[in-house]
Amino acid sequence: MIVNEKVALDHGLKKDEYKKICELLKRIPNITELGIFSAMWNEHCSYKSSRFHLKNLPTKGKNVIQGPGENAGVIDIGDDDAIVFKIESHNHPSFIEPYQGAATGVGGIMRDIFTMGARPIANLNSIHFGSTQHKKTKNLLRGVVLGIGGYGNCMGVPTIAGQTSFDESYNGNILVNAMTLGLVKQNKIFYSKAAGFGKPVIYVGSKTGRDGIHGASMASAAFDDKIEEKKPTVQVGDPFTEKLLLEACLELMAGDSIIAIQDMGAAGLTSSSIEMASKGNLGIEINLNKVPCRESKMSPYEIMLSESQERMLIVLESGKEEMAKKIFDKWNLDFAVIGKTNKNKKIELYFNEDKVASIPINTLVENSPMYNRKWKKAKLPKKIKIKKEQFKNLKIINVLNKILSSPNICSKEWIWQQYDHTVMGDTIQKPGGDAGVVRIHGTDKAVAASVDSSAIYCWAHPLSGGKQIVCESWRNLISVGAKPIAITNCLNFGSPENEENMGEFVECVQGLGEASSYLGFPVVSGNVSFYNQTKDIGIKPTPSIGGVGLIKNYKNMITMDLKETNNILLVIGKTEGHLDQSLFARDILNEKNGPPPEINLFNEKNNGETVLKLIYEKYIRSVHDVSLGGIIIALSKMCIKGKKGAILKKPNYLINQFEYLFGEDQGRYILEVDNKNLQNVISILKENSVHFDELGTVCDEDLTIDNKSKISIDDLVKSHTTWLTNYMSN
Amino acid sequence: MNSSVITFPGSNCDRDMDVALKKFGFKNKMVWHDDIELPKSDLVVLPGGFSYGDYLRCGSMASKSKIMKSVINFAKVGGKVLGICNGFQILVESGLLPGVLLRNKYLEFICKNAFIKINDKKSHYFKDIKKNILELHIAHNEGNYFCSKEQLKEIDDNNQIALFYSDREGNVSDENNPNGSLKNIAGIFNKEKNILGMMPHPERMIDPALSGEDGSIFFENLINNLK
Repeated sequence: MIVNEKVALDHGLKKDEYKKICELLKRIPNITELGIFSAMWNEHCSYKSSRFHLKNLPTKGKNVIQGPGENAGVIDIGDDDAIVFKIESHNHPSFIEPYQGAATGVGGIMRDIFTMGARPIANLNSIHFGSTQHKKTKNLLRGVVLGIGGYGNCMGVPTIAGQTSFDESYNGNILVNAMTLGLVKQNKIFYSKAAGFGKPVIYVGSKTGRDGIHGASMASAAFDDKIEEKKPTVQVGDPFTEKLLLEACLELMAGDSIIAIQDMGAAGLTSSSIEMASKGNLGIEINLNKVPCRESKMSPYEIMLSESQERMLIVLESGKEEMAKKIFDKWNLDFAVIGKTNKNKKIELYFNEDKVASIPINTLVENSPMYNRKWKKAKLPKKIKIKKEQFKNLKIINVLNKILSSPNICSKEWIWQQYDHTVMGDTIQKPGGDAGVVRIHGTDKAVAASVDSSAIYCWAHPLSGGKQIVCESWRNLISVGAKPIAITNCLNFGSPENEENMGEFVECVQGLGEASSYLGFPVVSGNVSFYNQTKDIGIKPTPSIGGVGLIKNYKNMITMDLKETNNILLVIGKTEGHLDQSLFARDILNEKNGPPPEINLFNEKNNGETVLKLIYEKYIRSVHDVSLGGIIIALSKMCIKGKKGAILKKPNYLINQFEYLFGEDQGRYILEVDNKNLQNVISILKENSVHFDELGTVCDEDLTIDNKSKISIDDLVKSHTTWLTNYMSN
Repeated sequence: MNSSVITFPGSNCDRDMDVALKKFGFKNKMVWHDDIELPKSDLVVLPGGFSYGDYLRCGSMASKSKIMKSVINFAKVGGKVLGICNGFQILVESGLLPGVLLRNKYLEFICKNAFIKINDKKSHYFKDIKKNILELHIAHNEGNYFCSKEQLKEIDDNNQIALFYSDREGNVSDENNPNGSLKNIAGIFNKEKNILGMMPHPERMIDPALSGEDGSIFFENLINNLK
């Protein structure tokens, strides 16, 4: 095939990008080379629109062993143990083929983790679907959940937490973000930097097929009417092979024969070989005839761009080939020496004895395009003035029931019951709490993880929204008794070529950078997914934050279920009654304007640290952070989980009851305190200048809000748990 | 007491079982599916997981692996063989237990705590357990037990039903049947009651920090009765 500008454009490259390629090579690339450039230079692999802004994120901290730039981030959790973790998107494939798209998303992120030598110990996910009225939503949800379960369950890794939301902006472009945590000894972390010349380059895992060719390029373009035709670019997952690959890799990693290892994810053999060579500042030559293929007559172009799953590339110490091969033979996996490293600083490919590609590595990596795209700053919307008449005809219990059973608040048990969340025998806090918690096997330590996003807030004001999610993640970790350590982010946005979408990206990143820097909660890994749009309509900006925290002694873990009658309930943090962009305003008053709640980072940090202190002193019995839906939704969930009631007190300051109960002010927690510890708790709160109000007391039955508003726990449970199951079975 | 846990390609509860057996005093060995001989064992456990990816039919390929010949011989002379979840599926596929395990009624994987009523306390597996109902964890996609009418009669006549899904009080009804299993069957024995296949995972309930401790009761009783 003759390469020209049109062919380059068909590969998703821009005119000036093609021109730059010809200049860098000082010739016209052949088709294989063009394919390689298009794969390395697309948005998904090159971060060309985002790099400029991501470099401002805080990525360092005393617990950070490895920040962004490797397969995943690594943090120190003491005693030579480290946690490797990352979140990644698989949005486009999941919309086209929900089961395989979601399954391979889970498979891909787990590979990123065990590539670094870590055994995966927990999975999480953040999934977002269109309106519940939209005709595709039900099937997409079912397919995605089956896919996530199908892969994770077979791997034997527990899925411990997640988040699901519905919003019409995802009608044509759902989001599937998967996160994995792995455990590794600090002296056994493996990196992707190749070193040494003449070292064998090894291919292991599944055979290469024609599936997924140009998957990364697909993920870098907007959808149009012909998306169905893109089905063949979705990869097909085989969790059984990945389980074997995991065990075989960990077995090989127990020795010291690996110099560098990289999984073949997006852009397959192309990006894995080039990244290892680039990081090691050396060259790599590959004989494509040696690559194990599952289909006949595959061309160099197809072999290089295939995104077949469950494959790894390894640079091995010379002379260790036989020993390594034995391990992969034992696990029935392909093993092939396909090339070697050299001094040339080029990627050189041979096929049927011909040299079919020769590209200097730096042209693909360092010289890849970087854009400082135009973007539009968002204004803070004006506060809406809700007229008091709007509350007049509302009955509190009706509103509570409506919100509690609404798609974004209701129990997601139908989803997480399909995920094995107890395999490995260390899950000490299951899905449905503030964060999932797993013990570090055989120790007293545990790690907590949660995944959060607040697209509504980010859409209303990206800067505030960006800050808010980091704070929400921080609060969720605190609420189970974990000290927050670091985050990973998955940045899901519309087209970077649209100034408003780009502005949302820039300001969300700025917000999350500010918050993570202030809280000492650095970003150690992540991924950017642009072009989440159909035709010209982008999704609401949806950065997902995966937070990880440490519980030094798992006996200090705390849960949200109310424990004992007559205990006192306190609300930490000031309740001003911010209703704009709240669930109450949007779902009950149908009011979609106004600013999201303000974030006060000082209060956020101070309140969180003080709550953690109270947990470690064992002064409190349960904790839950106050988020979507406000105080009353948070308290209802505590009642539901503990099968206990509560009696509310009238607030001791002037505030409208709806604003008090449903306002979404930030930085708040509800605490359950024993009477005997109440004075201690109050004095610690005062010492630390933490604002608190007395919310009420725990009782045996019924949630009593005032003398006109009361609901039984059974009714609360029914409201909360039936919607999703009914929706999915109709 | 010596035990052996067989690891098949795709087993994923093998480590959990190893941890549980050791915790309650077994000297456990991990045995690779490709081995020919079983080490000296008082108990052989086929663990949960997705042997061979559950491709073809759950448990069917594993039932043909090399080590299974030894397991079958061991069982035929009265050796104690316990299959949990995928291990149960392997036992029915290898013909050591009657019946089959179909996909769950609602075609969904189920992971949750379930109440399990012990039907027969005469075997070594449940002999001295005081409770009649255990709370154990289930996690499976194919736990819907089925067999022919004739087989069911035989199973019933020989008192081979080991466990039922029930409610907290021990009522066995459709409402507390999680997967559509025939008669709410959660576990069965062979005629001689040296082989037990069960869907629930006792190895996930051996620590107060986990979902419960009724698994501990199961393992403590097991080792005491094998002595």
